[in-house]
Amino acid sequence: MPTMNMVQALNSAMDVMLQRDPRVVVLGEDVGYFGGVFRVTDGLQKKHGAHRVLDTPIAEGGIVGTSVGMCANGLRPVAEIQFADYIYPAYDQIVSEVARLRYRSAAAFTAPLTIRTPCGGGIRGGQTHSQSPEGVFAHVSGIKTVMPSNPHDAKGMLIAAIEDDDPVIFFEPKRIYNGPFDGEPDKPAESWVGHPSAEVPEGYYTVPLGQAAITRAGSALSVITYGTMVHVCLAAVQALGLDAEVVDVRSMMPLDIDTIAASVSKTGRCLIVHEATRFGGFGAELSASIQERCFWHLEAPIMRVAGWDTPYPHAFEWEYFPGKRRVMNALRKLMAEAV
Amino acid sequence: MSVSKLHVPAVPARPGERPDFSYVRLSAAGEVARPAPDVAVADTAPLAESLVRVLDDSGQAVGPWNPKLAPEQLLTGLRLMLLTRLFDERMQRTQRQGRITFYVRSLGEEAVSVAAAMALAERDMLFPSYRNQGLHVARGMSLVDLMCQLLSNSHDMCRGRQLPVMYHSVPHRLFSISGNLATQFPQAVGWAMAAAIKGESDIAAAWIGEGSTAAADFHHALTFAKVYRAPVILNIVNNQWAISTFQGYAGGEQRSFAARGPGIGLAGLRVDGNDFLAVHAATAWAAERARSGHGATVLELVTYRAGAHSTSDDPSRYRSREEVEQWPLGDPIARLAQHLEREGVWDEERHAALVAELEQHVAAAWREAISHGTLTEGPKLDPALMFEDVFKELPAHLREQRDELLAEISASE
Repeated sequence: MPTMNMVQALNSAMDVMLQRDPRVVVLGEDVGYFGGVFRVTDGLQKKHGAHRVLDTPIAEGGIVGTSVGMCANGLRPVAEIQFADYIYPAYDQIVSEVARLRYRSAAAFTAPLTIRTPCGGGIRGGQTHSQSPEGVFAHVSGIKTVMPSNPHDAKGMLIAAIEDDDPVIFFEPKRIYNGPFDGEPDKPAESWVGHPSAEVPEGYYTVPLGQAAITRAGSALSVITYGTMVHVCLAAVQALGLDAEVVDVRSMMPLDIDTIAASVSKTGRCLIVHEATRFGGFGAELSASIQERCFWHLEAPIMRVAGWDTPYPHAFEWEYFPGKRRVMNALRKLMAEAV
Repeated sequence: MSVSKLHVPAVPARPGERPDFSYVRLSAAGEVARPAPDVAVADTAPLAESLVRVLDDSGQAVGPWNPKLAPEQLLTGLRLMLLTRLFDERMQRTQRQGRITFYVRSLGEEAVSVAAAMALAERDMLFPSYRNQGLHVARGMSLVDLMCQLLSNSHDMCRGRQLPVMYHSVPHRLFSISGNLATQFPQAVGWAMAAAIKGESDIAAAWIGEGSTAAADFHHALTFAKVYRAPVILNIVNNQWAISTFQGYAGGEQRSFAARGPGIGLAGLRVDGNDFLAVHAATAWAAERARSGHGATVLELVTYRAGAHSTSDDPSRYRSREEVEQWPLGDPIARLAQHLEREGVWDEERHAALVAELEQHVAAAWREAISHGTLTEGPKLDPALMFEDVFKELPAHLREQRDELLAEISASE
């Protein structure tokens, strides 16, 4: 089986779907001739033609607005918003149109649209290339919100998203496009080569949306996380030698609360970790949902590690990023807590 | 030292003031040239600042834009415009009686929708605003279906989820109307891009108010339409008023809205929106241009919103009551009737008989619609429907919330 990094895996997903389904089109800024600023659409226009892989004007509201119309005319657009930080001009089209079209027309019209967008920090991108806005989409009824953490999931989930009859916002943690990242910026960059999740089938397969994954089994505590932070948490758990269970949420909406609650009910302790800001973040939803189901199993209060509630600072990237040390401190504290 | 001074657009007449429509630049009927539909964009620039008119003040059809429609087509147009108006009048009354919660009339703007729908092919896809019910009527949707939507009753096509007038119909190729302004404009362009990607001959048409051209989606639509030469007609209905805001506040001073077309590289046409023949001819021209691969047209339809914005505002509080009588382009139904009388195929007697017939038709539809319930009486929608169509399949968390609501309802019964 070939080894792929996340960029190659995502490219392969779109290639497979462009080949397989004539309704699929790819559009976005710089995605055609140039192949995308992160190379995710590299070669797709050359192979599938300029009528199916479209360079667009720099207008996110236009990209999403025209995608809705394409959906109404039977296509399955895969729209790229170049950085999640640039998605807000399209927010009205996403919230008021994409998410509501099925509901308001009683399913007469639908928007089976996939919006791919790179998110997250750790690349010295400052506040306009580092944000993690998954919470403001997961909050909106009518769209699915997902984020893979490795090449195998990235390809299988993107194909599932394209085939899904509901709209999907597909977040790509860009720090781990080319290799896993344990949260220590001074170490040499790792590659996906040799990582078990980098074994990616060449052809068609899906990883269903709405299913969390147990990335590491354990019984002492549960770490509930997603995206880049899966790798940071694994490193932190390993450094402390804890028998922790690490759950990769993968899909915020629909949320696989059963898998998550089963883990926390088993271990009795829960740490929630995400890069996004803490206040009103997706971790709050996780915490509430877990507490509602696992209260009588809990041996300690649920804890959260998240981005500070500030804009993403350029100069203080590593003071801001919830890295290995911050996760380790939280793990120690959680293990010391007793009811 | 010179200082800058903020320009505040002038409003022609507030309540109590004398109406002044001198700002509406008119061309004489028949005066404006009609180039071939494949004309270069730059050559449409003069058309975007003139006014395409066919019917003159005496009701005669003159000039190169005369579509030379058969009398039966004109009579159909008159009938559909009248039906739209009588439907509007009846629904306005039912709102005042509290039977429906909200309504938007298209009084005075019927030609904008009806003539356009008649000039387009049946398979062309329409993206209406909330004041284009003439499209739904002209495309043959049943009044009962429209009324059931207004009533949010057990036959409501939107299953009780939308404000009145936010209709849709897949078989009639009418896109779902949004309450959000301008969102349909780029969507129509995307639909047209898809038709071109698939190599089909259908085109799309969208309607927007002149006030909404200020929204970013309007500019996205024009840019994308220009870039991909999308087969779409982008109609700007300039009815002079956006609730209380005069068209000058959308950038209409000394510059037509149609001129946004040539400004961005699209054909532009400014048309007498109360002249059924002119709207028909201009739409047919733009459709031919789009269908033959020459791209989109920005079509400004100059008209006047003769009624309130909606049932929620009183226009006498922000504009002169006399404006409507002094509007220089008259009333679209009266003008087409005048033309037909002149042609010898219509008279007052036949007009009165048609009004009576259509009023009965509307009344019968209303009786049937309310037999399916109203917001307060008769058959009701199942509240469990609230949780459906958020996603294709009902997810677990919504199933839980639905069951909680149903338990709450059954406990209170």
